Amino acid sequence: MSKQEQHWEKTRGLLMLTLAIWFVFSIGIFLFGAEMNEVGGPFGYPLTYWFTCQGSLGIFVILIFWFANRQEKIDEEFGFSERGDD
Amino acid sequence: MIKGNFIDNLPKVYGIYTGGFLAFIIIMAICEQMGMSAKVIGICFVAFTVAIYAIIGWLSRTAQADAYYVAGRQVPTVFNGMATAADWMSGASFVAMAGGIYFKGYGYMALLVGWTGGYVLVASLLAPYLRKFGCYTVPDFIGTRYGGNLARLLAVIVLTVASFTYVTAQINATGTIASVALDIPFQYAVYVGLVSILLCSMLGGMRGVTWTQVAQYIVLIIAYLLPVFWISNKMGAGFFPHFMLADEVARIGELEQQFGFVANSKENLAMVPKGLAGITKAHSAVNATPWAFISLALAMMMGTASLPHVMMRYFTTPSVKAARKSVGWSLFFIFLLYSSAPMLATLSKLSLIDPSLPTGIIGKSIAEVQSIDWYQNWNQANLMFVSDFNGNGTLELNEFFMGGKAVVLATPEIAGLPYVISGLVAAGGMAAAMSTADGLILAIANALSHDLYYKIIDPKAETAKRLVVARVLLVVIGFAGATIAAMEIQGILGSVIWAFDFAMSGLFFPLVLGVWWKRANREGAIAGMALGLISGAGYLIWVRNGGSGFLGITQLTFGIFGSAVSLVSMVVVSLITAEPNAATQRMVDEVRVPSGKSILGKQH
Repeated sequence: MSKQEQHWEKTRGLLMLTLAIWFVFSIGIFLFGAEMNEVGGPFGYPLTYWFTCQGSLGIFVILIFWFANRQEKIDEEFGFSERGDD
Repeated sequence: MIKGNFIDNLPKVYGIYTGGFLAFIIIMAICEQMGMSAKVIGICFVAFTVAIYAIIGWLSRTAQADAYYVAGRQVPTVFNGMATAADWMSGASFVAMAGGIYFKGYGYMALLVGWTGGYVLVASLLAPYLRKFGCYTVPDFIGTRYGGNLARLLAVIVLTVASFTYVTAQINATGTIASVALDIPFQYAVYVGLVSILLCSMLGGMRGVTWTQVAQYIVLIIAYLLPVFWISNKMGAGFFPHFMLADEVARIGELEQQFGFVANSKENLAMVPKGLAGITKAHSAVNATPWAFISLALAMMMGTASLPHVMMRYFTTPSVKAARKSVGWSLFFIFLLYSSAPMLATLSKLSLIDPSLPTGIIGKSIAEVQSIDWYQNWNQANLMFVSDFNGNGTLELNEFFMGGKAVVLATPEIAGLPYVISGLVAAGGMAAAMSTADGLILAIANALSHDLYYKIIDPKAETAKRLVVARVLLVVIGFAGATIAAMEIQGILGSVIWAFDFAMSGLFFPLVLGVWWKRANREGAIAGMALGLISGAGYLIWVRNGGSGFLGITQLTFGIFGSAVSLVSMVVVSLITAEPNAATQRMVDEVRVPSGKSILGKQH
């Protein structure tokens, strides 16, 4: 397998993982919205309510930065990272 | 005061700007104390901020194609994040979102999840690859990846349909705010708003829009957060509302139980002015089925990843790496406002319905409520209404009606904040609507000038001529949008959601598969775009004309049907036609690697 193919395979793996986490917090948990709302969440808000106000939103922010860092590592590993600043 | 390169000095420039804006707010507050009238304060706020944007627009003028189309590809990550956040958060987000949460609760909050979750798709599926591609516009990617003028043209059509649906709502919002703040009729105010919008984008294109959007973000976020924190502290609800409103949320639930949701008769509701609504849904309880919530969130997420005015912001970063990080910053800056909207809705609702608070009106006598100053003001503005349906002389929960915009616009006044805050909120709403309108008009004009005119009609045109065409189109599209906005056909929020559905119906899969599926070819992309858009639009028309719909897909989520048709047709047609040629396949391989030259040259 060429270097480029290996790079793409790892990139695809990271994509799948990212999309799986994304799926859980954008779709998965809301399948059980009514049940989860009976439980107390952070800061004392009902749990589902908290996810819609802050939880899912904040997790997406962190997820994107985490994804960006992981992807950079993959690019560096195969020598595909760009030179220069960001 | 400022030496050297403008880009290196950005933190300093915008630091001074922010300080200047805060000083301006304080000066206005002092003027208010000295007796300046509310009207003059409103005019000062809107005029001052718009003048600043116009100056930035003028300073950013350019005659170079890559500066005009992609701001020279040198916008640093954090600033691009701010610009994207302003580009993204429209007049609807600013003025109507808290109101939507206030009235519809959980069912509406699918939009919050959808409008943020979509950025994960943008970051992981598209933005870095399109940046590597080096395109000027989204149809530029479609046209080069799949080849041929038909694919490019279809992408231009989808982009125009989606963005134009969206832009009329934004021009409408600038008109509404300008007409209130400057006290002129809406039909003229729309054009005042339009001229302000064009001042930012006409001379500098993407460069001008980028630097004005950063300035607009700073104004809109201050204008949104300051009142939320102030009201929360003033009500004694908590120093940091986001972490401290659990008791207030619980209290609203208690009051809802106590009052009950009494349904009004048809005859009674007919007396309520159009556009106003009562509180009929639980504040924090789950009041929508899982599919209703998820389908709306999903449609908004896929729409986010297909809307060209957002995607093109990531063409302006210096590198692929920066494009990825920049998506994170964009969402962070969006998160600051979105996470505050539910808090504002909570504070607003509690302050109105809790009889134990001095501002609470439920349980008071109707005559008493009708004599309150702020009630009279907002009643006159057609945003508040009470009526004694049951004739008992006291105001019940089901007898109080409010417009969605009132949550953002009226809450500061109800909570007893000085008028300077209302002026600030008007400036923030104006900034939000202008920045989005600018992004959208530019997206349409750039697609028409670059993809339709330069790439299809006259490939030999010189840069100077191309940029003249781009600017003429900008003005024409702006006026067309303003003319339609002046007719006041649709509400602000409905048309915004449609724009997402149109974009995802036609563009989501052709964009994503263009990067992630090498086998996708021209025929497939053409089928995907054409059939996706047609079936999505067809479904909307069918449901609007009394069609029953299926699978719980409504007129707000028709993009789910459109994009499903798009996916199936694109895959099937791609597979039954020849695979893309070797050069195209090599191009896809190139796009997947961040290093190396972009596919399209710096000037193309």
